[in-house]
Amino acid sequence: MSDTQQGNTPEGDDLPQPEVRRSKMGVSLIWLVPIIAALVGISLLVNHYISAGPQIEVTFQTGEGIEIGKTQVKYKNVVIGKVTSMRLSKDRTHVRVVIDLEKNASEFATKGTRYWVVRPRIGAGGVSGFDTLLSGAFIGADTGTSEEDQSDFTGLETPPAVTHGAPGRRFELHTGDLGSLDIGSPVYFRRIQVGRIVSYELDKDGKGVSLQLFVDGPNDRFVTKDSRFWNASGVDVSLGADGLKLNTQSLATVVAGGVAFSDPLGPHDESPAPEMSSYTLFGDQATALAPPDGNPRYMRMRFEHSLRGLNVDAPVELLGVKVGKVVSVNLDYDPEKHSFPVVVGVLVYPQRLGKAHDKLAQVLGGDPETLFPRIMKGLVDHGLRAQARTGNLLTGQLYIAMDVDPKAAKVEFNPNGKPLEVPTVPGDFDHLQEQLSGIVDKISKIPFDSIGKNLDGSLHELHGTLHQVNTELMPEAKKTLQGVNRTVGTANDALSENSPLQQNIANTLEELQRTVRSVRAFTDYLGRHPEALLRGRGADAPPPATAPSSPKQGKEGQP
Amino acid sequence: MTDLPRAQDLGMMGCHVCRLITAYTEDPHARCPRCHNPLHPRKAGSITRAWAFLISAAIFYVPANLFPIMRTQSLLSKDDNTILSGVFELWRNGSPDLAIIVFTASIVVPVLKFCIMGFLLTSVQRASDYGPRQRAKLYRFVELVGYWSMLDVFVVAILSALVHFKVLSRVEPLPGVIYFGIVVVLTMLAAMSFDPRLIWDKRKAR
Repeated sequence: MSDTQQGNTPEGDDLPQPEVRRSKMGVSLIWLVPIIAALVGISLLVNHYISAGPQIEVTFQTGEGIEIGKTQVKYKNVVIGKVTSMRLSKDRTHVRVVIDLEKNASEFATKGTRYWVVRPRIGAGGVSGFDTLLSGAFIGADTGTSEEDQSDFTGLETPPAVTHGAPGRRFELHTGDLGSLDIGSPVYFRRIQVGRIVSYELDKDGKGVSLQLFVDGPNDRFVTKDSRFWNASGVDVSLGADGLKLNTQSLATVVAGGVAFSDPLGPHDESPAPEMSSYTLFGDQATALAPPDGNPRYMRMRFEHSLRGLNVDAPVELLGVKVGKVVSVNLDYDPEKHSFPVVVGVLVYPQRLGKAHDKLAQVLGGDPETLFPRIMKGLVDHGLRAQARTGNLLTGQLYIAMDVDPKAAKVEFNPNGKPLEVPTVPGDFDHLQEQLSGIVDKISKIPFDSIGKNLDGSLHELHGTLHQVNTELMPEAKKTLQGVNRTVGTANDALSENSPLQQNIANTLEELQRTVRSVRAFTDYLGRHPEALLRGRGADAPPPATAPSSPKQGKEGQP
Repeated sequence: MTDLPRAQDLGMMGCHVCRLITAYTEDPHARCPRCHNPLHPRKAGSITRAWAFLISAAIFYVPANLFPIMRTQSLLSKDDNTILSGVFELWRNGSPDLAIIVFTASIVVPVLKFCIMGFLLTSVQRASDYGPRQRAKLYRFVELVGYWSMLDVFVVAILSALVHFKVLSRVEPLPGVIYFGIVVVLTMLAAMSFDPRLIWDKRKAR
């Protein structure tokens, strides 16, 4: 069949020759396999390259909870990246964490993006990040607004209180000290938590603290231009005329602190405040909601007597209206009189006079700067004097009262003096002493001796009378009572159920009953047979016609 | 040993299917006169095929090792393991014996197969004279040990079938295991494609 024959095969002739069928086969198809493999490999590489997002580096204070290759970066609980490596910084103060972001999370590698480690946190305000207890820590991310690329970030140590794009507004508060407030402390409106404190910092001059708070939308509209903020930390206990009052925003604020705000009563500007409006943080609700004070005026008073019980912050009242407070109590020395007068510095808020102030301003007119001294001059001329009075009888606390005393002696008042000096009169404690001595005098005039003698005689007589009663009257009375007792016993016996009297009465009554019955029968009989009165009772045989028809009558007819 | 004649030397060759002995021909298109099965004195294109499979296997070996092969998920943690990280994990967690077994089956054996097959193929191509018996032994070793590399794939398959307790713990296969399976299959195919008779062939001609 075939012409191919090997010369060196001696037995080749008797072997069957192979058939040959020529079929066209080019390059071996087997090379498709490595080509496909290469294609798959390349596609994987390309895929990896395409899907790889930017790589960023975040520094944290500590690498606690972060694991290479496992810790994920999440935004709104969606994984957007993974920690690929972690190392100490060169100065060993912090940890540098390298994160591979996913392709579609490239906007997280821009300026303003914040990263923080989400760990379980247990605070007075509650527990957060509870899920990380089981799944391990992860890195939270919050994108910013900037388009500018950035690959080196500083991680936050605490989760940001406000995520980017959250509805709501920020406001600023100024206060003297932070108190128990902290980042994340709640902000309450009508005791509902509507926001939280975002940050705080010392003022540049170190004289106060500025707080930033964030009020969530849509509740941020309740922050108006006239809103008042106060520190809601702790428990506010007040003992007033209406009893003990205990006031707190919520139990959490007692521990963790908080801020509450509200609009003041009365007419006020209700338009929502713009972002980052600045407010004062008041110490408590009452102060916060009090009418605005305006600029305080400093005045000085000089008292010639001891002011034990007068403290800084003690109220200053004008005609019973609290208009200010004591800011200093100092001792002075008067070389002429060799005495130690007490100099009291007070702050007075003229605005607290309200309408009176407005009207006085209208009447007096003139420069508003010098208005207050002129008002004071007028008042002092009319007899306004300051006096230290006892405000609380229990604790002996004093307050400064400014009252008009028309009988007061004329005093010079210098309206240009700085500070203004208000004339004083001795405190009511001195009056009290006078009154007390007067009372003691009067008491000593009472003739206690003769009163005592008279009383003694009367008592003697009373004693005699009582003795008589005891010895004579009482035994007689006792006897009489015994006699009465006996009589009552006899009566009881007579009336008891088994007494012969009772039985006799019962028998008599029965007899009487029987009598009455026969009388009735007799009268009946007479009614029917009147003739019996004349003829006597007839024969026994009753009329046969009536007997069957009315047996009752027949029966009754037999008495 | 060198003077022992081959079938080829005696001017004959056999059909793979019906075992008919025919006259020797070098024509690659020859067919068995009895059963019409293609006749080859040696496996057709065996070196080319073995190389192709071997190269493909080597290519897939990269993703097989880079991609995680298994995800073990428990209440407290979620772990993606590549082959190597799994070995490390086993070693660290106090079962070095298991780690060694897995390392041998998944890393050593495939690499050995690549080396041995590469060595056999190049030595055959260069008609090397070196230790034909040893090379034959190596080939038998490769064939024998081939499917044991599937150990990893089996482990993943069995674990993901057995460990399935909802939230408590779960094992899921990940793409790496597919590539690893492909590597094992391709190396087996490479070994199958190789014709060990070639070890002896060219020596004679020299």
